Amino acid sequence: MSIKGKAYIAGVYEHPTRDAPDISTPQIHAESAKGALEDAGLTKDDIDGYFCAGDAPGFGAMSMADYMGLKLRHMDSTDTGGSSYILHVGHAAQAIAQGKCSVALVTLAGRPRQNRGGGGGGRGGPPGGSDVPEAGFENIWGGSTHNTYGMCAMRHMYEYGTTSEQLAWIKVAASHHAQWNEHAMLRDVVTVEEVLASPMIADPLHRMDCCVVTDGGGAVIVTTPEIAKSLKRPLVKIIGAGEAPKGPRGGLNLDLTSSGAIWSGPIAFEEAGVTPQDIKYASIYDSFTITVLMQLEDLGFCKKGEGGKFVADGNLISGIGKLPFNTDGGGLCNNHPTNRGGITKVIEAVRQARGEAHPKVQVPDHGLVLAHGTGGSLGTRHGAATLIMEAE
Amino acid sequence: MADPTEAPTVRRIPAPAINVESKPFWDAAEQGKFLIKRCKACGQAHWYPRALCPHCFSAETVWEESPGEGVIYTYSVMHRNTPVPYAIAYVNLDEGPAVLTNIIDYDAATLNIGQRVKVKWSPTEGGPPVFTFAPI
Repeated sequence: MSIKGKAYIAGVYEHPTRDAPDISTPQIHAESAKGALEDAGLTKDDIDGYFCAGDAPGFGAMSMADYMGLKLRHMDSTDTGGSSYILHVGHAAQAIAQGKCSVALVTLAGRPRQNRGGGGGGRGGPPGGSDVPEAGFENIWGGSTHNTYGMCAMRHMYEYGTTSEQLAWIKVAASHHAQWNEHAMLRDVVTVEEVLASPMIADPLHRMDCCVVTDGGGAVIVTTPEIAKSLKRPLVKIIGAGEAPKGPRGGLNLDLTSSGAIWSGPIAFEEAGVTPQDIKYASIYDSFTITVLMQLEDLGFCKKGEGGKFVADGNLISGIGKLPFNTDGGGLCNNHPTNRGGITKVIEAVRQARGEAHPKVQVPDHGLVLAHGTGGSLGTRHGAATLIMEAE
Repeated sequence: MADPTEAPTVRRIPAPAINVESKPFWDAAEQGKFLIKRCKACGQAHWYPRALCPHCFSAETVWEESPGEGVIYTYSVMHRNTPVPYAIAYVNLDEGPAVLTNIIDYDAATLNIGQRVKVKWSPTEGGPPVFTFAPI
């Protein structure tokens, strides 16, 4: 598919400032966005795709999306220096041509004249530091992944009666799988009681509710149907993908019991033309046990609030439960390379779809698999991504 | 409540990062005033404070002094890698927005979601005081 004629430029705006001691970098991004929207005759709520590079303060596109209050289904923070924004227009055209978004925003902003030492180099000012819009208001509270996810679990328990025993079953299931993985960091099968007896890290999460910290890595190759069919490996076809950031977006109606999967999941399922009930194996990001429980609900494997019942009694264990998950042992037992577990979720889902998982955990009817992840923090702002694949 | 003769129950808080957009908030904090932002176009308050309204994208946002009262939406007491346990929390302000913060001066036995709290400033290491909240 070509982008030729599939997308148009609707609005542009060049910020008039040349010396900005009185406005922040996020503000220049937002004012530029506002100017381009007004030029186009569109509003902020029309935007569903956002593109930015390293000049955008914060974590990828997520801090600026949250600052501007954007609700997105496509984002891209590819950085090629000063050329990024030209590349972004090309990427935006691809996304629009493929129906991944309909109104894409590209922004650039920076204040190199305000940086001590001047310089005005090509990178548009340092990302991070005091330019990150939420930093001054949030980075002072001793927030870590542990206690921000702990807050999600605490609220989930409050609203839905979810218990620590139910969360523990997620770790138990992962440990049942990890025993067969010779590379797994933790290979011992654990019990619910052992999870509950492990030290409290951040209420209500125990140490065994937390993933491992590991070195490591991974890689994925994606190709055309023609090339894939010319190779000697089992065919695994990509049939659906969805993505979405989620954050407080101004703090009204804060909802820490659901993740961006409530948006990324339906997009992926619709594109794939399948439902959660069709999925035979799921790789679900497991930074913490609560991460798994919330995402399973948000993806539609069970109703919101019923995740605790769904994961209990071994329902996630291959050969025992209805939805085998993370058959490599997942982040809870196997591997969480450089604290980014998304790629290992794709890799184990591909093993399952190929029929190449460990025989003790291989799902017999493995035609349709899902990989889903969350990056950042469910407790503050995060990006969700869902991928559905099919064996052919 | 905690016995004041016991070991401190508050962790040391680093100085907040301040930029030109947030400076009015921190200047007011030095005076013991808790400011939030409200949009004159849509009428809604937001947190953290921004120049442009995250609800409607209007640039007509104004500072407003808040009594700093609300209820705990959720919390988590951190036990790991800290000399004293501390409670991170979101507080739903009476004006609407949720604020990420630390709860201080709490009784571990009664700390809970729905508990009513009010802003109580805590010192930082070399910066302005910050908006911790304490049970009322």
